[in-house]
Amino acid sequence: MLLEAENLRIAYRDIEAVHGASFHVEEGELVSIIGANGAGKTTILNALMGMTPVKEGAVRYRGLDITGLPSHKRAGMGIRIVPEGARVFPQLTVLENIMTGLYRLRKVTDVPSRLSWIYELFPVLDERSRQLAQTLSGGEQQQLAIARALVSKPRLLLVDEVSMGLMPILVEKVFEVLRYLNREEDLTILLVEQNALASLAISNRAYVLETGVITLEGEAQTLKSDPGVRKAYLGA
Amino acid sequence: MSNYVLTIGIFVAINGIVACGLNIIVGYAGQISLGHAAFFGIGAYTAALLATRAGFSFWLSLPLVIIITGAIGLLLGLPSLRVRADFLAITTIGINFIVESVFMYVPFFGGALGIGGISRILFFGIRLREAGFLALAGTLLVLSLGCTWWFARSWTGLACFALREDEISASSIGISPVLFKLLAFMTGTAMAGVGGSLYAHYMRFISATDFGFPVSVMMLSMVVVGGMGTLWGPVIGALLLTILPEVFRPLTDYRMLLYAVLLLLMIRFQPGGLLGERGVLKNLAGRIRGRLRS
Repeated sequence: MLLEAENLRIAYRDIEAVHGASFHVEEGELVSIIGANGAGKTTILNALMGMTPVKEGAVRYRGLDITGLPSHKRAGMGIRIVPEGARVFPQLTVLENIMTGLYRLRKVTDVPSRLSWIYELFPVLDERSRQLAQTLSGGEQQQLAIARALVSKPRLLLVDEVSMGLMPILVEKVFEVLRYLNREEDLTILLVEQNALASLAISNRAYVLETGVITLEGEAQTLKSDPGVRKAYLGA
Repeated sequence: MSNYVLTIGIFVAINGIVACGLNIIVGYAGQISLGHAAFFGIGAYTAALLATRAGFSFWLSLPLVIIITGAIGLLLGLPSLRVRADFLAITTIGINFIVESVFMYVPFFGGALGIGGISRILFFGIRLREAGFLALAGTLLVLSLGCTWWFARSWTGLACFALREDEISASSIGISPVLFKLLAFMTGTAMAGVGGSLYAHYMRFISATDFGFPVSVMMLSMVVVGGMGTLWGPVIGALLLTILPEVFRPLTDYRMLLYAVLLLLMIRFQPGGLLGERGVLKNLAGRIRGRLRS
């Protein structure tokens, strides 16, 4: 088991956002957590990355308890996040943004070949490599955030709400890239999404999160045909 | 050149070095500091004490000054790990006042009388007076700029930029905020120490008020006016803000008022500084470069 969350409780001061969620991700899987706005998806992902403290419960990564580790230590262990809203570094160029992802890995990385791999996935970043990140469109910033996470060859990629605010055609493209990375490059991905249809389509398994509680879990295909899920999230 | 002009040149160089250090903290690592004069003072007092009590020459004490100032900078940079933005500004003001009071009230540091009789700098047996001193200060300024340039181009610099832009994002890609904030504080304050050492050996008499809060404000003004996070910005700022008070000497009573007006005008019309994004000097430089090419 690559990642295991056990009975996670996460609170912002007195307000508990996640009430004891348990889930796991196996090596090589693409798992998604779907749920409505405010269900606690982003909170869970931030807690996995160490950006939000956990009140109770444990996070284990490759068998190690990482519940109390700071983000940069987790990043060093091969976990990367594509954060909500991309959060690229606005005053750095596109190339500099990508390079920050290689921090501490430059010596063990064949930088030119990794960059050309990234540019093959996202050609627009190649065109704009010398531009400041703040001049990119929302969709391009999302791609840059993915590139910044991917350039390090992570073992586990956490993707937060990547479809939010993107044009439908771009959503399709980004999900296609995620699918490709999972199937062809063996990248393990944990996806949280409001766009249940698109994420279930590419996932192996999924969890349904409702106001801080996991209410359903199973194979993505099974969930897709589940009447409750269809009614609540797929608009059918 | 008259000694007056040379003296102004020396102060431009000293302020330039100190402002370069502040630029690393504020411009590159994005940690606001309104207490930089404290480290300028720590450098000056270390050099003065080593010279008067232990008989150290400038050259012998310089490495020690750098180490001691950098180490204290590291220690006093610790608050930046807990507080940020406005709160960090207030904390650093506090540090400035505490350091100034220590110099003022602890007898070891000469109290209100300060420290006098600091030796001149000897260069192969020759006493450095105005022209020679300017050459030395200028050389150290160039070295500081080299240091800054290297810092900005290195991975440490890139990590600091990332931290300045978005701390949470930076730490999620493996950049330790603790490590790089402290590194920036240490480098920046060590450079202030070099400036302080030059100041002590040039003035040959120092007292606590030379390193008060107004000096910190002036240093920060230099960085802001020139352009935060640019290589040459602090030097341009030091040049302007060291020369202007001399030009406006008849208005000396209104100096602080002029600073305030200047800062407000900068914030309104040149938020990135003269050399920063959309800065007047940056545009000018770009235009000249374009003309040279065609």
